[in-house]
Amino acid sequence: MSDGKFFTTTKKGEIADLKEELHSLDKAKKKDAVKKVIAAMTVGKDVSMLFPDVVNCTQTDNLEMKKLVYLYLINYAKTQPDIAIMAVNTFVKDSQDPNPLIRALAVRTMGCIRVDKITEYLCDPLQKCLKDDDPYVRKTSAICVAKLFDISPEIVEDRGFLDNLKDMLSDSNPMVVANAVAALAEIQDNSTKPVFQITSHTLYKLMAALNECTEWGQVFILDSLVKYEARDARDAESIVERVTPRLQHANCAVVLSSVKVILAQMDVITNTELIRTLCKKMAPPLVTLLSAEPEIQYVALRNINLIIQKWQNILTNDIKVFFCKYNDPVYVKTEKLEIMIKLASERNIDQVLLEFKEYATEVDVDFVRKAVRAIGRCAIALERSAEACINVLLELIQTKVNYVVQEAICVIKDIFRRYPNTYETIIATLCENLDTLDEPEAKAAMIWIIGEYAERIDNADELLETFLETFLDESTLVQLQLLTATVKLFLKRPTEGPQQMIQMVLNQATQETDNPDLRDRAYIYWRLLSTDPEAAKDVVLAEKPTISDDSNQLDADLLHELLQNIGTLASVYHKPPDAFVSRARVAVTRGEDLEEDPLGSGEEGEASDMADPTVAAAAPPAAETPAPAVAAVTDLMGDLMAPAAPSALAPVPAAAPAADPLGDLLGLDVSAAPAPVPMPVAAADPFALMDQSQPAAAQPKPILLDASKAQGLEIRGVLAREGGVVFWDLDFSNQSQSQLSGFQVQFNSNAFGFTPKPNGLADLVVPPGGSASAKLHMMPGGAPATALTNMLQVAIKNAQQPVWYFTPTIAVEQCFTEEGLLDRDAFLGMWKSLPDVNERTQMFPAANVPSVDTFTLKMRAHNVYFMAQRPVPGTNQIVTYWSSKLPQAVLLLEMTLQVGVPGVKCCIKSANPDYAPLAFMAVEKLLASATN
Amino acid sequence: MAHVAASAIYFLNLRGEIIVHRMYRDDVGRNLADAFRTQILQSKEQTGTPVRYLGSCSFVYTRYNNVYVLAVTKSNANAALAFKFLNELITLFKSYFGEFMEESLRNNFVLIYELLDEIMDFGYPQILTPEILKLYITQQGVKSESADKGAEVVDNKATLQVTGAVGHRREGIYYKKNQVYLDIVENVNLLMSAKGTVLRSDCAGKILMKCFLSGMPDLKLGLNDKLTVEKEGGARNDNKIIELDDVTFHQCVNLGRFSTDKTVSFVPPDGEFELMRYRITEGVHLPFRVLPIIKELGRTRLEVNVKLKSAFEPKYHALGVIVRIPVPKHTVKANIQVRGGGKAKYDAAQNCLVWKIKRCAGKKELHLEAEVELVSTTGEKKAWSRPPINLEFQVPMITASGLRVRFLKVWEKGGYKAIKWIRTLTKSGGDSGGQYEIRCN
Repeated sequence: MSDGKFFTTTKKGEIADLKEELHSLDKAKKKDAVKKVIAAMTVGKDVSMLFPDVVNCTQTDNLEMKKLVYLYLINYAKTQPDIAIMAVNTFVKDSQDPNPLIRALAVRTMGCIRVDKITEYLCDPLQKCLKDDDPYVRKTSAICVAKLFDISPEIVEDRGFLDNLKDMLSDSNPMVVANAVAALAEIQDNSTKPVFQITSHTLYKLMAALNECTEWGQVFILDSLVKYEARDARDAESIVERVTPRLQHANCAVVLSSVKVILAQMDVITNTELIRTLCKKMAPPLVTLLSAEPEIQYVALRNINLIIQKWQNILTNDIKVFFCKYNDPVYVKTEKLEIMIKLASERNIDQVLLEFKEYATEVDVDFVRKAVRAIGRCAIALERSAEACINVLLELIQTKVNYVVQEAICVIKDIFRRYPNTYETIIATLCENLDTLDEPEAKAAMIWIIGEYAERIDNADELLETFLETFLDESTLVQLQLLTATVKLFLKRPTEGPQQMIQMVLNQATQETDNPDLRDRAYIYWRLLSTDPEAAKDVVLAEKPTISDDSNQLDADLLHELLQNIGTLASVYHKPPDAFVSRARVAVTRGEDLEEDPLGSGEEGEASDMADPTVAAAAPPAAETPAPAVAAVTDLMGDLMAPAAPSALAPVPAAAPAADPLGDLLGLDVSAAPAPVPMPVAAADPFALMDQSQPAAAQPKPILLDASKAQGLEIRGVLAREGGVVFWDLDFSNQSQSQLSGFQVQFNSNAFGFTPKPNGLADLVVPPGGSASAKLHMMPGGAPATALTNMLQVAIKNAQQPVWYFTPTIAVEQCFTEEGLLDRDAFLGMWKSLPDVNERTQMFPAANVPSVDTFTLKMRAHNVYFMAQRPVPGTNQIVTYWSSKLPQAVLLLEMTLQVGVPGVKCCIKSANPDYAPLAFMAVEKLLASATN
Repeated sequence: MAHVAASAIYFLNLRGEIIVHRMYRDDVGRNLADAFRTQILQSKEQTGTPVRYLGSCSFVYTRYNNVYVLAVTKSNANAALAFKFLNELITLFKSYFGEFMEESLRNNFVLIYELLDEIMDFGYPQILTPEILKLYITQQGVKSESADKGAEVVDNKATLQVTGAVGHRREGIYYKKNQVYLDIVENVNLLMSAKGTVLRSDCAGKILMKCFLSGMPDLKLGLNDKLTVEKEGGARNDNKIIELDDVTFHQCVNLGRFSTDKTVSFVPPDGEFELMRYRITEGVHLPFRVLPIIKELGRTRLEVNVKLKSAFEPKYHALGVIVRIPVPKHTVKANIQVRGGGKAKYDAAQNCLVWKIKRCAGKKELHLEAEVELVSTTGEKKAWSRPPINLEFQVPMITASGLRVRFLKVWEKGGYKAIKWIRTLTKSGGDSGGQYEIRCN
């Protein structure tokens, strides 16, 4: 019997007919009618108008029909909540049916119907079914609690369902345990209270269930174990011992989740021998995943990529398994290539190069390019093998395949950057291929090489001249490079020919193009050359910092987070979950969410970016400004803008486009930006410099010790923080007749346990009538005082005078440490685990935050880190969450505010709430500065 | 929510139209199939990664025959779990209605809805073992009326069975004749350079079992691999001990016991199943050697010379050997001569010379010589990429790895004697996976 026939009715009056059939007394006819309705629903026809008639059919003995009717209800109950209630009776009745399959079906279906009125009726049957004798009903009820929590967390809490779930962790049936774990873990993810903390007691139960439950259940349990923090190394070892056998499971998800748990515990394990054994044990299962379906291979490869960034030795001996098969899908090949680059070493480079060379002759152009680029990246990473890599590249250039040659030239440029003045002998070969170049990037690379080695290429001027003929038709990238190369040529060979060339190029660039970057760069060169050619040489021909290949290398924090998410989408995207999961589910109205869904072009860019991380990843080494240079420039700016530390704001790749033109502008072509030249500093942001210097100069520091009370010694100072160190920025002035030296300082015990750096002022000498400045480092780590105030009792003496005492206030906002940056999970976990007694609240009625973004920057500058925000339903207020750390206490802040309206409520949670009052002082100051 | 595999499952045809779908959570919209069609299927971008992110939803998909199976989620779902779920789901559907195709999905939509309701709950995979599901979801739908007491007893059992520790086997199975079949099937993967250097070779083996055993039998399997043999202390004189790189087991195998005392012991499901998979990279006996010489003579001619050697013992025979030798697209014709056996012809659809040898004994040497004529093309600048030669074959009775079954013990409280059948097969190519590739440049 085929059900396909139910799709074929398309005649008019269909609905009316169906209605009639649904009321038929003939059971078979009735059932067929329901099937027809479901078939119509399947192809997307709206059959919601039949709702009352279908609901009528719920009272049936036929299980198949019952399931179809329930399916219909799940789909349409939302549109007809009033009639849906008619089905409640059946649900309640079914949940008491002697047949456990029907009891479970009723509970399962009810949970899927998101109609408030039905939800109310769900509670009693659910309560019963959670304690059902039949494990099948219990395992279904466990999931139903999670469904209910999604609809109404309050009901779940009020009715004590959470306790039921927790009890289920001790259930005799492993599948019930697994589903209870899944439900609890999900509820925990969406709850602010501690719901599901794995204690050593529950751990034992989970481990027992792990051995017996289904493969899917094993994944639920393993995934929740990742969150368990082992008490000590022994605890971790025992977990690992229980989990390791799972590596042999046929289910890839079980294997990856086991790897995840083991890696997490390896951070705690101290026994290096054991760690070595574990690495050895994990390698074969990971390799085995590569013989699974291509999609699973892909997930495995993305994860292996992460794992070897932390534990490279796990797979170093297995590089061969990553060799591409001819028929591998491109997405698998690309990932394999990436891993091969990471695993390449001097030991295996010969083999790897042979492979890359092989790939470079394949059909897929994109993959061929990636292979060529891979050779270049190996050359940059492995100094001793660079020559071998270059030889392979030269061989590839001999093939004369256009795109191979161009790609090879691009990477050779990078190799020249990495090993200056080493391989110029190959330039001749490169020059032979000059006329085949038609891609801007390759052209620009070639021109850069010519400019850089202009003094050694006899006909450099001729070569450049051929390009210059078409200067105005070239793309910007090539034009910029031509401009710079011509300047270099002129500086290296200031003869007549180059002089004419430079004249022409500067004319064209300044007068005949509309591109401001090009024009401005030309002007700068022009002015430099005309005012001081020697300075021009210093700037343009300056030595460049070495580059290294750190593309696709994740920073340690992100890597750590991703390793905790092995197997999940985050590990596939190589992005933290927060980057693509909107956690504030309550805040999002679902309808809107859907409208702006996948078709929005803004999202699309993001999507493709996510979908093919290698595209973005491949860019940095090729881009004009290699990563280290970017870092240099951003650092420079970072220093200027003082504590705001913008480099921390954006990951390096994002900073690249901004910094790029900057480097280019200065004609450092590959943006060397050496510090001695004052120009880049001014160029970076001339105002930043002034901004910074003014307040410092204009406002004298507050007086700490008055000259009249201390025999003419006056001390002014402020507490500041720089580079993770808190210090007193002190100005001493001596109005006495004798020179003061041999200063010594002592602090009384204080709230933060600060002690002065030993001999911190030993070098200070203040001449009579003169002044001097010093920075006195405050060392944390001393025992904190019992009375927590922001006062600091200081005793200072010098060789000439008695001891002076003074009591300045500590500016608490300077004392937050960099360690205050928590990841969200840690924050959430801590927030939930702290009971209410650890909470302090204070109102700041006058405070007014005009913009959350700038406020965030301000807070961040003082190491108070923004975590999340959500709107308060029904008001214009928002709640923001922050994390911070004073030397003695981690403080979690919650600020409720309305942008632009005075009044901020701040609530602080901490394991050490006694520090909250101090933190409030800091918050008050920070709020005040935001208000201005 | 890393446990979740999906918020919705879609089955789409190649045009991206919905065949059947099921929503498990309402955090994703219903129009996602459209998004999938316009943004992924019709997109020009050919990266084709099987995990895509579009407008706050993640799409995890695979294709089987003419059907896309798509899981959509908004959370940080477990991608490995999602793919495994999709693959198992395809296997399950195949076991219910044979083929997994657009047509068969449409014809069984009622059953599919029923299965979808059972195998996943709120995005959490539940039970996907065909044998178990067939206990209470039958092809014709459950016939039981709740008044029917007899049927109810079955149902009651089903639920206990489904969730039980030995979820894969029901009680009270009885066979007149107790039999076990055990097949060792090995897929050889090879990547060899034109000069005959082995770049990579490994062997992916499976042990497939078919059990027709009564009651609740306990089985114990002994292999000649290093770990188990050493553990047992004996048989050191046995010179054919091999080392398995990695082993994965069916859900029924007690992994705890394997890790402590290295025995493979299990209560098998009834009927057919895959007991274990293993992988070996060291000491793989390659059944065939191929030595190709391919010369391009000018732009219009190609000289192909391929030598095929069978390296196994002469008493065995390889079956269905197919050698595919790629030639350029613009081939006109080929004059082929074979010595030693088989038939060869030029297959324009595959751009290959296809050499088929029905039966080939061990320690033989076969030759193929061909002159290939090409159309002279002026436009084609790029050199011919010389794809690798590909080999397909089956050799019964041998294992490339040298793996043998030392013993297979069946123990049941009924105390019957089971008849055991053991076969071995080494193969490569075909749809079973395994690639035997010899590069030509």
